Amino acid sequence: MRALKAYFRSPAALVGSAILLAVVIMGVGASWFYPGDPLGLAGRPLQWPGANPRFPLGTDSSGRDIAAQLFHGARISLLIGFVATSISVVIGIAIGAVAGFYGGVTDTVLMRVTEAFQTLPNFLLLLVLVAVFGSTIETVTVAIGLVSWPPVARLTRAEFLSLRTREFVQACRVQGLGDVHLILREVLPNALPPVIVYASVVMAVAILLESALAFLQLSDPNVPSWGNLIGLGRNVLRTEWYVSAIPGVAILLTILGVSLVGQGLNDALNPRIASGR
Amino acid sequence: MRVLRLALWRLAASLPTLLLILVGMFLLLQLAPGDTVDALMAQMGGGDARMAEEMRRFYGLDLGIAARLGQYLMRLVTLDLGFSAIYGKPVATVILERLPPTLLLMAASLSFAFFFGLLFGVVAARRVNKWPDTLISMLGLVFYATPSFWFGLMAIVLFSVYLQWLPAGGFGDITQNYTGFAAMLDIARHLVLPTLTLGLIFLAIYLRIMRASMLEVLSLDFVRTARAKGLSETRVVAKHVLRNAMLPMVTLIGLQAGTMLGGSVVVESVFALPGLGRLAYESVVQRDLNTLLGIVFVSALLVIAINFVVDILYARLDPRISAES
Repeated sequence: MRALKAYFRSPAALVGSAILLAVVIMGVGASWFYPGDPLGLAGRPLQWPGANPRFPLGTDSSGRDIAAQLFHGARISLLIGFVATSISVVIGIAIGAVAGFYGGVTDTVLMRVTEAFQTLPNFLLLLVLVAVFGSTIETVTVAIGLVSWPPVARLTRAEFLSLRTREFVQACRVQGLGDVHLILREVLPNALPPVIVYASVVMAVAILLESALAFLQLSDPNVPSWGNLIGLGRNVLRTEWYVSAIPGVAILLTILGVSLVGQGLNDALNPRIASGR
Repeated sequence: MRVLRLALWRLAASLPTLLLILVGMFLLLQLAPGDTVDALMAQMGGGDARMAEEMRRFYGLDLGIAARLGQYLMRLVTLDLGFSAIYGKPVATVILERLPPTLLLMAASLSFAFFFGLLFGVVAARRVNKWPDTLISMLGLVFYATPSFWFGLMAIVLFSVYLQWLPAGGFGDITQNYTGFAAMLDIARHLVLPTLTLGLIFLAIYLRIMRASMLEVLSLDFVRTARAKGLSETRVVAKHVLRNAMLPMVTLIGLQAGTMLGGSVVVESVFALPGLGRLAYESVVQRDLNTLLGIVFVSALLVIAINFVVDILYARLDPRISAES
């Protein structure tokens, strides 16, 4: 409750929440604002924003409504961001918790694997995964989750390392409680706040990764993704640059919103830990 | 000497990691639909099954996975990365040709991000909670949120199409036959926009870290001592604070070497730079898995090498490491 109050006192958190709320409304209400296929032909191609009152943000080179793609794209970006973040946070917590709680050989092996993932450029790994498993929206989302867990694992491990020797954990151990109980019920709740804050960074990175992949036309071409639209707009960049410019602003604002919310959460949940890690 | 030994020890410790990556990648690519022979046959316009079998035997693809993995690792020791069917050259040659632009781009972006990150971080920390700090912090947030490929495209529109100050892409002007200094200048002109594009997000991260680190160091006792000695504020910052505050930034270089390489895939595609990142993208599109595996190997080596350099740099900056026995 106090954390909630602290959260809403921070101007960064308020602005971030407002932006994010707007994007969520865009995504959730996309079918209501723009019923019909956002990737279907809507009118004459390459109409500048404002030129035709029917298309306030203009049309792209295939005559599709940019505003409609923007709204439906919000849904895709949020969905991918949310699901990929959940996947990577779950993997990261599982590996970090086991490594930090048990230590020893288990820790060494798991940390070697984590290091391997961190040594490999994650966008490169993402390219390999897409090359191997194809680029449907599902595989792309899972692949993004699979490449972004290492920092979460390291963070969780560090928390577990410092928490596992505390007295309250030892007290539970003396009572004869099992490891599973200790990990899930005793240590994890205390280790969670910094991980939750870091999840905002993971989400921002996930959205950026998907849009970069879509920009390279390596993501699912059958969904109205912002990155896709920027990539297609590249062909008419010299004259009709607005096709690429508009969805880019949408990505920028969304990431900004996510980062600001993360900063607000950080200030509210762990005021002593410096932000930006 | 001790520092070097420490760094070499870390280097040796990264060998199992490298092995893990290679084995993992090799097994992962076995799951990919189609192999080199399929790609070659498609390029030749098809062929019968008997010929495909012959070719598989020729390339050693008829062996079991374990045998091929063993072969692959043995060949890697001699730096033989295999043959690229698409480029018709050994993979090592293809990669070596593409390495210089990427290295140049990474070095330039890193220097740009590091220098301005340091500068902005120091300015923000010295005017903490005043308007320069607020402005710099806001700028950092916006830079962090800007997708690099989009920034690159918008920079092309502004600087290449409208203002016509800088070239829109490529690694040099191929219509002119520049040599010597003129060629260097030409490449530099072509690298301005890619450098800004790749460096932007790292600038944002560095300035935030530098600001936080400066604030932390400024509150330490030895800074108070330095002030009590009557040193001017500029001298305190330059002589005592800066070196200590830089340490987290140096660590970050090593941690983000991989991210930067990944980012260069996108940036090189935007600016049509003939580098390693663009090669990675092309080999995904063309299903040239041998080359892709080679790029993964070289990238991992590169990241490990950067971390080696960072370790030494860190030890040189931090007197505590070399002093303790």
